[in-house]
Amino acid sequence: MSSADIYREIILDYYRNPRNYGKIPDPDISQRDSNPLCGDELEMHINIKDDKVADVKFTGKGCAISQASASMLTELIMGKDFEYVKKLAKEDILDNLGLQNLGPARIKCALLSFKVLKTGIYSYLVDKLKDTASADKMKEEVSGIY
Amino acid sequence: MQTSFINIESIRNDFPILKRKVHKDKALVYLDNAATTQKPIQVINAISNYYLTYNSNIHRAVHELAEEATLAYETTRDKIAKFINAKNREEIVFVRGTTEAINLVAYAWGRQNIDKDDIIVTTEYEHHSNIVPWQLLAKEKGAKLEYIGVDDNGELILDHLDKYLQTGKVKLVAFSQMSNVLGTITDSEEIVKRCKKYGVRVLIDGAQSVPHLKVDLQKLDCDFFAFSAHKMLGPTGVGVLWARKELLQNMVPFNGGGDMIREVHKYETTWNDLPYKFEAGTPNIADVIGFAAALDYLDKIGMDKVREHEMELTKYALDKLSQMKGIILYGPKDVTKRGGVISFNLGDIHPHDLATIIDEDGIAIRSGHHCAQVLMERLDVSATSRASFYIYNTKEEVDVFVKSLNRAKELFKL
Ligand SMILES: Cc1ncc(COP(=O)(O)O)c(C=O)c1O
Repeated sequence: MSSADIYREIILDYYRNPRNYGKIPDPDISQRDSNPLCGDELEMHINIKDDKVADVKFTGKGCAISQASASMLTELIMGKDFEYVKKLAKEDILDNLGLQNLGPARIKCALLSFKVLKTGIYSYLVDKLKDTASADKMKEEVSGIY
Repeated sequence: MQTSFINIESIRNDFPILKRKVHKDKALVYLDNAATTQKPIQVINAISNYYLTYNSNIHRAVHELAEEATLAYETTRDKIAKFINAKNREEIVFVRGTTEAINLVAYAWGRQNIDKDDIIVTTEYEHHSNIVPWQLLAKEKGAKLEYIGVDDNGELILDHLDKYLQTGKVKLVAFSQMSNVLGTITDSEEIVKRCKKYGVRVLIDGAQSVPHLKVDLQKLDCDFFAFSAHKMLGPTGVGVLWARKELLQNMVPFNGGGDMIREVHKYETTWNDLPYKFEAGTPNIADVIGFAAALDYLDKIGMDKVREHEMELTKYALDKLSQMKGIILYGPKDVTKRGGVISFNLGDIHPHDLATIIDEDGIAIRSGHHCAQVLMERLDVSATSRASFYIYNTKEEVDVFVKSLNRAKELFKL
């Protein structure tokens, strides 16, 4: 992908004015991760109510791709059914971003928030829902993200 | 357009990789020399010639190939001793790189000489390889690790050193002779002088200095010195630990195995002479031999010329860059106090985004924390972009680089 295709208006806008930036006190899901190669950091907080995403926020630092994609991911899942969020695939995320053809180094930036989301769901399935069967599947999915 | 000090055209001709194109048709502008440098054909030929004509293991066999290989390997040791003006060839220990050299000292000297409540002093601008081994050692021994701070000009605050020395508890001071992020050249002789007054041992990380400055170990008068071949035209996988003979003699071996022994019995072993006591197993023969060709190459140019060329290029780049709106340049402004390493941030463009953008124009720079997260914390940034020069870089390349930065600014609407 050329830089002109990556750094479009919308990516820059979400980078500079991130939606849903912040923390939720005492959230149902709290998950953080970083990309050791480039130091991108991301933390996501989610509240689940009536099997829906009642609230979601993130904090982080890093490149435009990682931060904009995190913000756009929070918008994508806000208010959605937990089942829908569980089923989201990485292709959905990249489509949503319009970043389908990133090279191997930068795709990790685009998917960092997705990995955080899925890891958070995994912990939620284990700790709160005690749903080990779904958790095992989720664990496998997380390890295949990148 | 070239600097007045070296014949760049003929140098560039020696580096086959500089002829390749990246992103289809862009000339490669390689500005990531602080990470690793490119290799001249002389180095590549020396390695392939070894494999083509005299490949064999060294030291023990008596056949002709082994004799040739042993001679080439040991000649490299002599060349290194001369290159850094070390007094004795047996003080030169081959290792994998700077990282291994420092770990060797932490293990083989540190564990015998650092005790509970002792202090190890390092600096805020160290590479992780000169921090983590000391953290491990300090944790194991219950010793303390302290830092010499960095001032706003990117230089060490030597008052901090005095403060720690005065406690009488410091056993080792470890610092780099040139910062791989700021380019700052450390006032190494001054630090060594202050440490000697207190009988404190000094380790110098020369990974960034030996490739770019004339280094004279007898003048420096430190106790341990480490550097890597791959940052000075040589191959990866070869580095040097230099240490005072009397220290090496009293140190325990780092690895046990072949080559490092004199006699092995069922329950007891006596050690080989220096430096072989620290070179267990079959070493990286081919790359050590390749390293000799790199030393010859630098010798032919002359380290004074290398330094002058880089100073001129750095000044040219700093003058251009400092005129850009929204740029933050880190490190000393005075090119006599720094090497050809320029770290910066441009507006709110994250270094990874910047590196991606200018890579499209064929420019290779580094972005990130440069294995110096303690310094990133001190500078209060999570990352910087870094351009670093070597003998084959030109002013035209600096122009291409600056032009590409302006394109990045446009993309980011700055
Ligand atoms: C100042 C400094 N010290 C140590 C190192 C580590 O060198 P190596 O990776 O060759 O062991 C580097 C290079 O990355 C460096 O720049």
